[in-house]
Amino acid sequence: MNGSSQANPTGPWGLLAEFDTPEALVAAAKRTREAGYTRIDAFTPYPVEGLWRALELKRSRVPLIVLLGGMAGGLGVLALQYWSMVIRYPMIIGGRPLEVWPAWVVPTFEGTILFAAISGVVGMILLNGLPRPYHPAFNVERFTRASQDGYFLAVEAGDPKFDRWTTAAFLRGLGPVEVSEVEE
Amino acid sequence: MATTDTPESAGHMAPEAPRGHMDRPPEPAVPPVVTGQWTPGTVTDKITSVIFQPTPRWWLLGAAISFLAVMMFLYAVTYLFAKGVGIWGVNIPVGWGFAIVNFVWWIGIGHAGTLISAILLLFRQEWRTSINRFAEAMTLFAVACAGMFPILHLGRPWLFYWLLPYPNQMTLWPQFNSPLIWDVFAVTTYMTVSLLFWYVGLIPDLATLRDRSKNVWIARAFGIFALGWRGAARHWQNYETLYLLLAGLATPLVLSVHTVVSFDFAIGIVPGWHTTVFPPYFVAGAIYSGFAMVLTLILPLRRWFGMHAFITDRHLQAMAKVMLATGLIVAYGYVFEIFIGWYSGNPFEMYVLENRLTGPYNFQYAMLWVCNIFVPQLLWIKKLRTSPVWLWAIAMFVNVGMWLERYVIVVVSLSRDFLPSSWDVFSGTVWDWAIFIGTIGFFCACLFLFVRILPMIAVFEMRHLVHEKQHEAEAA
Repeated sequence: MNGSSQANPTGPWGLLAEFDTPEALVAAAKRTREAGYTRIDAFTPYPVEGLWRALELKRSRVPLIVLLGGMAGGLGVLALQYWSMVIRYPMIIGGRPLEVWPAWVVPTFEGTILFAAISGVVGMILLNGLPRPYHPAFNVERFTRASQDGYFLAVEAGDPKFDRWTTAAFLRGLGPVEVSEVEE
Repeated sequence: MATTDTPESAGHMAPEAPRGHMDRPPEPAVPPVVTGQWTPGTVTDKITSVIFQPTPRWWLLGAAISFLAVMMFLYAVTYLFAKGVGIWGVNIPVGWGFAIVNFVWWIGIGHAGTLISAILLLFRQEWRTSINRFAEAMTLFAVACAGMFPILHLGRPWLFYWLLPYPNQMTLWPQFNSPLIWDVFAVTTYMTVSLLFWYVGLIPDLATLRDRSKNVWIARAFGIFALGWRGAARHWQNYETLYLLLAGLATPLVLSVHTVVSFDFAIGIVPGWHTTVFPPYFVAGAIYSGFAMVLTLILPLRRWFGMHAFITDRHLQAMAKVMLATGLIVAYGYVFEIFIGWYSGNPFEMYVLENRLTGPYNFQYAMLWVCNIFVPQLLWIKKLRTSPVWLWAIAMFVNVGMWLERYVIVVVSLSRDFLPSSWDVFSGTVWDWAIFIGTIGFFCACLFLFVRILPMIAVFEMRHLVHEKQHEAEAA
């Protein structure tokens, strides 16, 4: 997040508003979005319906990664079998042909699932920017509720419309439990 | 919890009770998945309190007994490595013995976790939420126990990695046309995907534990594994998408694992193995034994941890019904084995039946019918389905019965094959039993550690569930 504090090099990372229900958070996110803020984020203890739409998030790229990983795994294991059983180490058993496609179904299937799952998990973690042990939001003491029963909306200082005072006043108008400034 | 970004609660409002009876509260057709009034905050407190409370005495006792069994296991394995598989009862013609019986038994038990997590997720079965985490952990430990047996059974166990395809100076490659290699692929894939599924499910809960820990070192330990999860909207979006996809990937996988295990037998020509009914019948048997083991473990844990609010009669009944249904498929398999043996007109196949009924192992075969087919019919009675004591007892019968099933398949078939001159009678030695009981100890030790340091119920999914329930209650 180096870029986020350029406008305000010594100032805060942003503002964090806490709400007590997910519905209030979704409504607040919608209004913040409508007010023209672009660098906003929400933190919830479980997936909240409607939040992605309110924040206008793009579709997740995880499915594409899973598809590519699965295809690479399946084709890779199939190629490995063909190469090792036909080209590299041919062994005629019972006079049968070397290309035993039906027998290769099982490892090919397993390879597809294995690589799809691994690439999906790695993809999800990396797309989420994890592992990331430090995040400015962790500086706010109340933020530990975000993994329990608090619903948070953040406006980053990097937002072109961000102003320490007017944005805070705007967030207070949305009916939060508390608005806190997040130190970098 | 596989909601995509559909408008709020579009798919969740499947009414459990008819609307319009405003004068009296409608009676729910099925018991609720959560009893009592809970909020996301109190659910979190309740489930994580297990981890932060002082160690209960029953835990110490149970963990100590399991630990002793692990020590016995290590002793027996050391002796095995020093002396070789000759210390077991295996000899020609029964070369597979306990090792393969235990392997198939454990891997069968390992089917419940992924079935509950993946297939029931796709079917939107709400009751999976409070048992999926525990069942997944059980799966991992069961598959770990299963995975040990083929390796212990190798003459030179230290060369087990020869089964994997990798470039080596011997220029050898595994025989991909062999069911035994398929098994290696199936079991390692199942283990890896189950582990990923379990870990991905744990990430948000690890973040919760990180945020709740008072001790900075404990918080850091959880924090490392939580990867810095902070529940951002983008996190959840990718996460939910992945979780649904993993469920989709794991669904064919869980059905394929025992199919592939059954190929180990069905593709061989030994009478009693060479039948086409094996794949479906193995899969049903695996789910059957998996649910039996989940019940065996979750009933005492529910009592000891006081989790009755989250693991309700609904869960017990649902699991009992799955057991009953899969048990009937298994019964169908047994009956059809007999029918096809007779119908084939093949003297060797017909002799398998005669040998099972009247041979040296007829006691095991009779007990198999009692444990797997006759006793579980008690589950038709609703009163017994909701009684923890009865359910636990029936599940124990199924655990034993499913072990006997594999014993009958492996040992009885091998002990009398085509040539009477090579027939022999097998029985397990003390080392066979020591290693088998040792893996049970290992399994229990892992579970004791798991319930002590990680949440046995998926906390974030429960938060989501109670939130939805609140909404449904308000809407009704």
